[in-house]
Amino acid sequence: MSHSTDSVVAHHFEDYEQQTESAMLGMWLFLAQEIMFFGGLFAAYMVYRMKYPDAWATGSEQLDIVLGGFNTVVLLLSSVTMASSVWCAQKGKNKQLIWGLIATLVLGFVFLFVKYFEYKSKFEHHLVPGTHFFFDAAHATGPVIGSPTQGQLQLFFCLYFIMTGMHALHMIIGAGILIWLIVLAMRGYFHPQRYMKIELFGFYWHFVDIVWVFLFPLLYLLHRHG
Amino acid sequence: MSSITLTPDIAPAVMPKSHYANVRTTVMSWLFTVDHKRIAILYLISITVFFAVGGLFASLIRIELLTPKGDFMTGDTYNKVFTLHGVIMIFFFLIPSVPATLGNFALPIMIGAKDLAFPKINLLSWWLYMLGGVLAVVVLLRGGLETGWTFYPPYSTTFATSQVTIAILAAFLAGFSSIFTGLNFIVTVHKMRAPGMTWFRMPLFVWAHYATSIIQILGTPVVAITLVLVAIERVWGVGIFNPQIGGDPILFQHLFWFYSHPAVYVMILPGMGVVSEVIPCFSRKRIFGYEFIAFSSMAIAIIGFLVWGHHLYVSTQSTYAGMVFSLLTFLVAVPSAIKVFNWTATMYKGEITFEAPMIYALGFIGLFLVGGLTGLVLASMANDIHFHDTYFVVAHFHYVMVGGMVMAYMCGLHFWWPKMTGRMYPGLLATIAAILVFVGFNFTFFPQFILGFLGMPRRYHSYVEEFQILNIMSTMGASVLGLGYGMQPFYLLWSLFKGEPAGDNPWRAKGLEWQVPSPPPTFNFPDGRPVVIEDPYAYTIDVKEADSVAQH
Ligand SMILES: [Cu+2]
Repeated sequence: MSHSTDSVVAHHFEDYEQQTESAMLGMWLFLAQEIMFFGGLFAAYMVYRMKYPDAWATGSEQLDIVLGGFNTVVLLLSSVTMASSVWCAQKGKNKQLIWGLIATLVLGFVFLFVKYFEYKSKFEHHLVPGTHFFFDAAHATGPVIGSPTQGQLQLFFCLYFIMTGMHALHMIIGAGILIWLIVLAMRGYFHPQRYMKIELFGFYWHFVDIVWVFLFPLLYLLHRHG
Repeated sequence: MSSITLTPDIAPAVMPKSHYANVRTTVMSWLFTVDHKRIAILYLISITVFFAVGGLFASLIRIELLTPKGDFMTGDTYNKVFTLHGVIMIFFFLIPSVPATLGNFALPIMIGAKDLAFPKINLLSWWLYMLGGVLAVVVLLRGGLETGWTFYPPYSTTFATSQVTIAILAAFLAGFSSIFTGLNFIVTVHKMRAPGMTWFRMPLFVWAHYATSIIQILGTPVVAITLVLVAIERVWGVGIFNPQIGGDPILFQHLFWFYSHPAVYVMILPGMGVVSEVIPCFSRKRIFGYEFIAFSSMAIAIIGFLVWGHHLYVSTQSTYAGMVFSLLTFLVAVPSAIKVFNWTATMYKGEITFEAPMIYALGFIGLFLVGGLTGLVLASMANDIHFHDTYFVVAHFHYVMVGGMVMAYMCGLHFWWPKMTGRMYPGLLATIAAILVFVGFNFTFFPQFILGFLGMPRRYHSYVEEFQILNIMSTMGASVLGLGYGMQPFYLLWSLFKGEPAGDNPWRAKGLEWQVPSPPPTFNFPDGRPVVIEDPYAYTIDVKEADSVAQH
């Protein structure tokens, strides 16, 4: 064990390997927890989709597939920049690491920015659940399938806002951590024996992307086949 | 026959000069400590406070139920009292009780580690718990909560007039504190074991916590998001459990019990772990069927995830689903019974002594047995139609939660107290308290089985006159129980100052934690990382003979 790794091993670990393995396992367990957290929402989604297929198909048709699709690409790209940031950190390429993290952050903000406009247009179309909710079939942004009730459609939009909102909240937390990592990287904190924080954050960021990869088809693409 | 082997016991024990609790003494050094032992003490103090508050509400319930009429408080107040009793006892006492105090203290030492894998996350757990606890107090001060601890909508979302949202936030924070404790334990068990500490040399206490942690990580987030959904519905005025727009309140019950049934195993498995340590020690015998006990903990954790529907037999759940849930619930009884049989077999032909921890352990076995078997009565669908929402259910879960977990917690507390503090408590007083708790408990809750059988519904502040005698019995029992609990702070605090120094190993127990000084130094093992060469239950018959010599 070289000196450079000894200095970053916390007092209660025997060696660097034990420390990194513990950190990785801890992150996996945290993500397992996250899966169950979102799992509750997905379970609710499934139950109501079974119960009200027409409302789900109609609601899905009202979502903006172009903006949603664009955001999907943005998030996948941010996963690429994040993965390359991890690689740069491993190799000690600090300059590229900083740029990789900044690119990831910018893409994250682009996603949130687009999401903001999507929410705004739902608000203007009275599709935000609450006392002002009114689905106007005549002026709807998409076709109406079957005969869903206002209540059932409201249920769809409840889940739409809660699921994407919970996802956006994870993005915002992620962006906060990213800013912190960028500051650390600029101060020269990371080197090939000390890059666990980057690696662990990569796990988290990819996880948040994967959640979106499930949300996008479940919410936007329900009735777009054939 | 000689007393030579006893020399270490005869030499008077002295307190080590420097140990984890006195290396630094400022308040900040405690509030921001990352030492698992100090965090355990922080938890110990906090859960004791909440136990007292929860107990206070319990006594208010028992006072109200002395008379058939609701004359001590209004129905509304009564609803708040039993709700706060439940919320505080479950989220702020039972769930953290053994894992966050005794587990936090002993688990790392038991496997030969200097600390848990993530000391800062451990501290974060305590802070989240305290934040939740403060919010619970805010709920109390701002007029309470009347939804029952289960937060069922549409009552909780639409009709309740109390502090539901803050209470949900409190439970949410306590939940994440519990998740982080579980995460820490699993990583510690996987990655921090000392050389020679193989999986099957781990104390069963550690196995029990490993199984508990799985539930904490996979179950708690589900109730967290479910409670968030309730809070959103309450704040936003519209949400997914709202039947007016086609939402389904039964979905809440499914999501809630998906966690809250496994959560009862979070509230019992660690207790089983405690008992698995204490029984062999005070029987001077190797634990019987080690692997069976270890795997039964895992089996309980896994099957426990598949039984939640037994709370919905009368909530429009399909009969066929109910039959499956009933069968699976019966299956959980198998690993539970395996444990009881193995503890009994461990005691068979052992040299049993009746120190306070052992009395609690024996009490645990008996009361858990009653609690477990009446669980089978409730798991039968036809019976449940009669027993649902009666005092039979109340008695059943108090036998498991109080007769089981609280007994086990006190068992462990008395077992590891000399290790945590370096001092012995007065054995006679502790024994008297243990007996009072056991007797008082049975007088409190056995009448409630009969009341439930006769059909007395739970959660009402008045009842028909025929039930008064049994209710008076129950309240009298509760007074004895309260006396037993109330004695403990006095003699335990007394022991802190005046107790005999305990020495490294007052019980002549075998686990690693008994080979370090009492109290241990900050990094647990003063002579460096231990190498483990035997299992933690290597009690031998020689020790037993030496014992009998010592006593005569
Ligand atoms: Cu249950």
